[in-house]
Amino acid sequence: MDYELMQRVFPYFLEAAWTTILLSVLTAVLGLACAIVGASARFSRFAVFRILGAAYVSVFRGTPALIQLFILYFGGPQIGIQLDAFEAGVIGLGLNAGAYMTETIRGAIIAVDKGQKEAARTLGMSRWQAMRNVILPQAMRLMIRPLGVNINALIKGTALVAAISVVELTYTAQRYIGSTYKPFEMFLIAGVLYMIIIYVVGLGIAWADRKARII
Amino acid sequence: MGLDFSVIPKYLDIVLIGALWTIAITVGAAVVSFFGGILLAVIALYAPAVVRWPFRVFSFLFMGTPLLLQLFLIYFGLVQIGIDVPAFVAGVVGLGLHFAVYNSELFQTSILAVDKGQVEAARTLGLSRMQALRKVVVPQAIRDVIPPIGNNMIALLKDSALVSVIGVSELTLSAQRAIGSTYRPFEFYVLVAVLYYIINLVMETVLRHVERRIQVSR
Repeated sequence: MDYELMQRVFPYFLEAAWTTILLSVLTAVLGLACAIVGASARFSRFAVFRILGAAYVSVFRGTPALIQLFILYFGGPQIGIQLDAFEAGVIGLGLNAGAYMTETIRGAIIAVDKGQKEAARTLGMSRWQAMRNVILPQAMRLMIRPLGVNINALIKGTALVAAISVVELTYTAQRYIGSTYKPFEMFLIAGVLYMIIIYVVGLGIAWADRKARII
Repeated sequence: MGLDFSVIPKYLDIVLIGALWTIAITVGAAVVSFFGGILLAVIALYAPAVVRWPFRVFSFLFMGTPLLLQLFLIYFGLVQIGIDVPAFVAGVVGLGLHFAVYNSELFQTSILAVDKGQVEAARTLGLSRMQALRKVVVPQAIRDVIPPIGNNMIALLKDSALVSVIGVSELTLSAQRAIGSTYRPFEFYVLVAVLYYIINLVMETVLRHVERRIQVSR
């Protein structure tokens, strides 16, 4: 193990870790926004929206995220979409994560007991009122943990943007493996940084989950 | 530059051969991840601490880091310690190990969920600990865990696109070759997405079928 080399390259990894964090945050926010739209579409009264929502989930979950990134970044200019690598990374990964999160939110809403909705409707609430005042508050509690799993996967998924040359943790590791031929050392530095990020996010999720519990 | 899908037929054979390689890698890595997962689960649950701990650390490291990073480690790491394997083998081993760790978590839960009476009965009948594990516990544990393992295998198919970055000529890399000579990324990546989607649908159908078969046999 070459500790001296590890010490020397560490600052560059730390800088790259900030890019990974920024990417993760933006992707998670965009993913959640897509998921809220997607889940609303899947519960819509109109069949068109339900079909569009289902198609979104099916296409984005049925094809590799890497290919989605490539279509956006390399294919985009052909249909008039010019993005730099970082923007393409956030939008591509965000759309992908949104598809998985749509299913998480949908699952949580379905998991709320049917009687709750029936009771709310019987009391004279509209469909929307029942959803907003009765079902969603209960579903929110159920979706925190599975959304945490989505976010965990999303953080590791940000490594894909290394393939379109965004200088984040994995790209940095790859570059130093290429120039120093010390794969294990570089893997260890990047790996530990990834695990710290995931651990801290995990603490946040666990905290939110505890707060949201009734008992 | 507009879109022109008429360039595809000329390169279709290259891309389809790539698709066959993707299937080969997925099947190879799925087998590694299945049996590797069982092995890791048994080690994590029953091996002496000296053996167990290194494997724990290994699992921890593989669960917490991106697959792409692991592929770089395995590909370049093997070269560094003097084992020059073809990219295909590195890809199968990397993908297989990554998912073996995830499968192992599932197997551990399901092994522990098998009724204790089963082991006791097997031991009473004179089976050794190892025999009881192999012939009684693991077969039952496998049955319970097929649906989530199947989901992991579908994830594995999609993640197999990543081995293109270490130079395995599967579907993604063969599309990149075609793009290299046509400069038509949009057309070929969409084609590749469609092919992945079809393979994905076939896999899902097969898995649902297997799941139903298992339920019937209960």
